[in-house]
Amino acid sequence: MSDNSEFLKILSGKLSGVKIVPTPPGEPSAMVEKDSIHEALDHLKYDRDLSFNMLVDLFAVDYMGEEPRFEIVYILRSTKHNGRIVVKTRTGDEGLDTVSDLWPAANFLEREIYDMFGLPFANHPDLRRIYTPDDFVGHPLRKEFPLEGEDFDKPFVVDLEKE
Amino acid sequence: MGVEKNVLVTSLDWIINWSRKNSLFPVTFGLACCALEMMVASSAEYDIARFGAEVFRPSPRQSDLMIVAGTLTKKMAPIVRRIYEQMPNPKWVIAYGACASSGGIFKSYSVVQGVDQIIPVDVYIPGCPPRPEALLKGIIELQKKIQKETIKDRPLISLPGKSA
Repeated sequence: MSDNSEFLKILSGKLSGVKIVPTPPGEPSAMVEKDSIHEALDHLKYDRDLSFNMLVDLFAVDYMGEEPRFEIVYILRSTKHNGRIVVKTRTGDEGLDTVSDLWPAANFLEREIYDMFGLPFANHPDLRRIYTPDDFVGHPLRKEFPLEGEDFDKPFVVDLEKE
Repeated sequence: MGVEKNVLVTSLDWIINWSRKNSLFPVTFGLACCALEMMVASSAEYDIARFGAEVFRPSPRQSDLMIVAGTLTKKMAPIVRRIYEQMPNPKWVIAYGACASSGGIFKSYSVVQGVDQIIPVDVYIPGCPPRPEALLKGIIELQKKIQKETIKDRPLISLPGKSA
């Protein structure tokens, strides 16, 4: 299927609250309400006409000053129909539902979002930091986080006994 | 001085330092892109073997030189420190490249600003990355430094846990 926007028409026909947003050609995007994101992605994976069986990427964007503040972007691919779409949703500090039950790849990607933005994912099987050390304070990709961190000027101390 | 610095110790120092400096066994340890230049230095083209340092040991327990090649992140820092502690005395450290020496371009929350914050460094090699010749120069400088040492500072036998 050459025109990927067909998939969004199928999705919006089956589910209310799906808003198609303008994007470059070949990258159709849909904005979905936060509360129905899991339902929409469930449709996208298991509906026979859609079959988006692959989660290519999952990340967050910080729009500081807007409300709700964070945009979560899911990039999906259907190996059955050779399709590719982008699904977006907006959330605040409260986070949203996990999709790691749909695509296991989401496990680490959601941990990355939790680490970098501090957004919790409900029902996630193993929500821990993934890049920064476990005792790290703050979430580096938030706009208010200083680039050098809080204790940049202090000497860095390693305590092997604490490990 | 005086009696302490007698002929016997200086002669012994000379022969021990001579044997130490000419058989530096580096630990196989690379953190980032600088490690590739370090690998090239051990190839036939540059031939680090001329300085007795060609045997990159796979275990820190068989090594006495640590070439910290690359960016040291704060998450990696405890592991580097642990490898350093596992090396037997006498041991030396070369900070290879701008990141290992000072943090380099990464003035950031995630990068340690120089490995000398967690382990004692003997020779700093600047460059991003330094060429293999720079590593050879660094090893020669380290050899000169080792030749000036005395067994009073680095004893022949040292107990575990005592850092040199």
